[in-house]
Amino acid sequence: MAQAYSAGLTVTENIVLKKERILPLKGEVRVKKGDRVKCDDIVAHTSLPGNVVPFKIANKLGVTPQMLANFMKVKVGDKIHKDQILAETKGLFGMGFFKTSVKSPIDGEVESVSPATGNAVLREPRIPVEIKAFIDGIVTEVIPNEGVIIENRSAYIQGIFGLAGETSGDIKMLAKSPKDHLDPASITPDCKGKIIVAGALCPLEAIKKAAQVGVHAIISGGVDDQDLKKLLGYDIGVAITGHEKIGVTLVVTEGFGPITMAKNTFELLQKFEGHKASVHGFTQIRAGVMRPEVIIPLPLADNEKLVVKEAEMASLEIGSLIRVIRQPNFGEIGRITELPEPLTKVESETLVRVLKAKLNNGQEVLIPRANVEVIAE
Amino acid sequence: MQYEKKKLTRIIATDCGSTTTKAILIEFVDGEYRQTVRGEAPTTVEAPLNDVTRGVLNAVQELEELARLKYNNPKITLIKDSELIIPRNGDIGADAYVSTSSAGGGLQMMVTGVVAKMTGESAERAALGAGAIVMDLIASNDQRMDHEKIERIRHLRPDMILMAGHTDNATSNKHVIEMAELVGAADPKPRLGSSYKLPVIYAGTIQARDEIKKTLGSKVDLMITDNLRPTLERENLGPARDEIHEIFMEHVMQQAPGYNKLMAWTVGPDLKPVPIMPTPAAVGNIMQTIAKQENIEVLGVDIGGATTDVFSVFTKDFIFNRTVSANLGMSYSISNVLASAGLDNILRWVPFDIDVKELRNMIKNKMIRPTTIPALFQELVLEQAIAKEALRLAFIQHKEFAVNLKGTQKNSDIAEAFSQSESGDTIVNMLTLDLLVGSGGVLSHAPRRHQTMMMLIDAFLPEGITKLAVDSIFMMPHLGVLASINEEVATEVFNKDCMIYIGSCVAPVGKIKEGKIALEAKIELPDGTIFEEKIPFGELRLLPCPTGSVAKAELKPGKGLDIGAGKNQEIVTELTGGEVGIVLDTRGRRPFVLPVETAERVPRLIKWMKELQAYPQELLK
Repeated sequence: MAQAYSAGLTVTENIVLKKERILPLKGEVRVKKGDRVKCDDIVAHTSLPGNVVPFKIANKLGVTPQMLANFMKVKVGDKIHKDQILAETKGLFGMGFFKTSVKSPIDGEVESVSPATGNAVLREPRIPVEIKAFIDGIVTEVIPNEGVIIENRSAYIQGIFGLAGETSGDIKMLAKSPKDHLDPASITPDCKGKIIVAGALCPLEAIKKAAQVGVHAIISGGVDDQDLKKLLGYDIGVAITGHEKIGVTLVVTEGFGPITMAKNTFELLQKFEGHKASVHGFTQIRAGVMRPEVIIPLPLADNEKLVVKEAEMASLEIGSLIRVIRQPNFGEIGRITELPEPLTKVESETLVRVLKAKLNNGQEVLIPRANVEVIAE
Repeated sequence: MQYEKKKLTRIIATDCGSTTTKAILIEFVDGEYRQTVRGEAPTTVEAPLNDVTRGVLNAVQELEELARLKYNNPKITLIKDSELIIPRNGDIGADAYVSTSSAGGGLQMMVTGVVAKMTGESAERAALGAGAIVMDLIASNDQRMDHEKIERIRHLRPDMILMAGHTDNATSNKHVIEMAELVGAADPKPRLGSSYKLPVIYAGTIQARDEIKKTLGSKVDLMITDNLRPTLERENLGPARDEIHEIFMEHVMQQAPGYNKLMAWTVGPDLKPVPIMPTPAAVGNIMQTIAKQENIEVLGVDIGGATTDVFSVFTKDFIFNRTVSANLGMSYSISNVLASAGLDNILRWVPFDIDVKELRNMIKNKMIRPTTIPALFQELVLEQAIAKEALRLAFIQHKEFAVNLKGTQKNSDIAEAFSQSESGDTIVNMLTLDLLVGSGGVLSHAPRRHQTMMMLIDAFLPEGITKLAVDSIFMMPHLGVLASINEEVATEVFNKDCMIYIGSCVAPVGKIKEGKIALEAKIELPDGTIFEEKIPFGELRLLPCPTGSVAKAELKPGKGLDIGAGKNQEIVTELTGGEVGIVLDTRGRRPFVLPVETAERVPRLIKWMKELQAYPQELLK
């Protein structure tokens, strides 16, 4: 049969990562190829066009659009300041009596004036935007006027779901075991600026406490959806996240509900306790899958050549380490023992392709292939 | 371009969906065209692979292997050196490869108009008909301030914009030019890639074309086509839709990962390119073909992982409408069904107790791992309850959109003056509807067709007498695009392998007291058995009537109820059978009401589900 593929999240101690840091609009790149950068360094900047203000000048002046040009005091491209006169009538008998004038409502410039509608488009001053490196690494490519590509060797964990944007800090283990539920009382002031690690669940009170203490990010196996609704004040409809303003970044590694954090994820975080990591909670499941990440940069030798491995899909093979990603046995880890060919009827009477696996708890189970993901070893 | 039938003996067709790529093989076997094997694989437009053709190759590889098994012929080969083999030479290759696509979010558009309910709505209809998701409709009269409109245009990042406004004989064209100024000021950027200008189609009044060119010509990639609302009484959506398809191929698809390669692969027997079609446009094509061929009114639904599309062809003029509910679906968007419908509306279909916290987590876990399938009975029931709500909400949106043209003046005679039809009324009439077709994973792949029947009836509440069918294995998109190279082959496969009749539903319209007789039915089943019952209000009955057969029925509605011929009017007719049979549904329509109290509702749900044989009887306790 065709190769069976399974989507899986990457968790590895050593990977060469490539991060594109691109401006939303063309601008200026501040670093050059070969530069070593730190996560907080600004690598590129630009300024976004300011907000535009449509302005019905002819209307306000009481003239037809076609006549407007005769009364304009400014032209397209001119810088303007608030209350500056933009257009003015000549007044009665051309003597200046009862003149009507129209003043600018903003500081900025004149973008356009339409003789068809008599409207002007005024634009406010530009808004500066800066892009940080986000990870410690080496600039391996500069895309002129657009941004850079930064590469590094890192320990790396891909989460399944997250909230809030990019941040960094040192890793601090608050969970003793991957099964722990995070106790808000364990979040003490010395967690400020840190990335704290919970076990199977991070309850609402702990998220609130973390934000209050100034924790930069939380990494947890699971989170309850009801807690998120209370935290955000709304139901997450479509999984496009990362822009929440909740005071702390959240990276969930397993899913919703209390789910024991995968052993290799937990042990990797344990191993790198005290190391600096870059994390973000951006999640977009549809149209360009984006998952939250925990990136722990590793030291690089002076002349080390970084080679990014070609992306490949994990495949289901006998002996592969898997995680069950749906009930029953959701969250359990095991190894594939058999990959039967024929379609098999499961309890819901759905006919599916299945696999046999021996779970770490000793149970032998038959699971739809769609309900597991391969854990890279 | 249409090819001769004899040149098409083996065709590969794929649909690259947002979650999975589905491939089918259509072959000329024993004198007829049939769909022979089917394969599927995860779609690969996203990281780490970023190349749609990888998923296509995986799905076609499954076709190849299944075809070898089916014909016990190991020589059958469809792929060589990671490319599809076209044309066919004996066992090797296929004559043509065609594809549809909704991967990467499909075609996302913004439309503008002058009056939202008139030219705005016409523009929306053109975009939806072309298979797009309409991200927003911006109109001169939509109550937003100009700067808010500009802000919105700037942030949306659509694949393209369609602009409409004013009729060709309008006395002023000021508003459409103002709208162009707003678009120009926003300086919108395309969603994919920053290296090209955003395509903008102008399909407004011909009188403003020069001004539009002056305003937008240098800022966007401007295309001008016929006014889509040349007069208030007439829509002319064809030219705008054609332009949208062209741009979709030329600009949008080229930006999606791997599509350049895929576009080179989709060719006919002479190796000339066959355009990739947006999935919904292909489904719309096939729905319209059925309606016209059979001279019937059709309502179709395609419920996917991310979106739910509803298609309808109503009235004697075969007016086609399509709506897409961009955030109602069974995987990526499942959580939004919960947010939109509310927990209570989902739970009203669930015949057992469930912890709300657990249900919420289950829904979110499906959202973040969209390809998983329900292995447990309870999870299946929950997913189907969610599906009913997604379908119900999508249908509400469709009814609100599929309306008579607004703004028209009618010369009414006395009869029309007394009828309720007005400009702006929905043209969706469930009582005159002939056929309801379901498609999409949750409907096509339900373990029992009885569940499909139940979901369609509960969500759409068909009225009077309605035939129900399901797309057997979800191949309407494939056949829709296949029709672009040979309509006859597409129709043949559609009738033989795609459309599965599941039966008919008889549902009296109206509400009467519990226990009163809602339907007197005397039905002669194909095996000669006579079913005769005075069915009280609030019941369901399922009668066997196999596919291809009909039952002779005398149906008399209860007092004050209507089954299509008017209140209290008896109907003598034939009811079409199907894999499930004939459902007599006396639970009431307009309104259809489920008891609010769990203690009262759950026993009824269980009774109905048992009667419909929707789930294993032993599990319905």
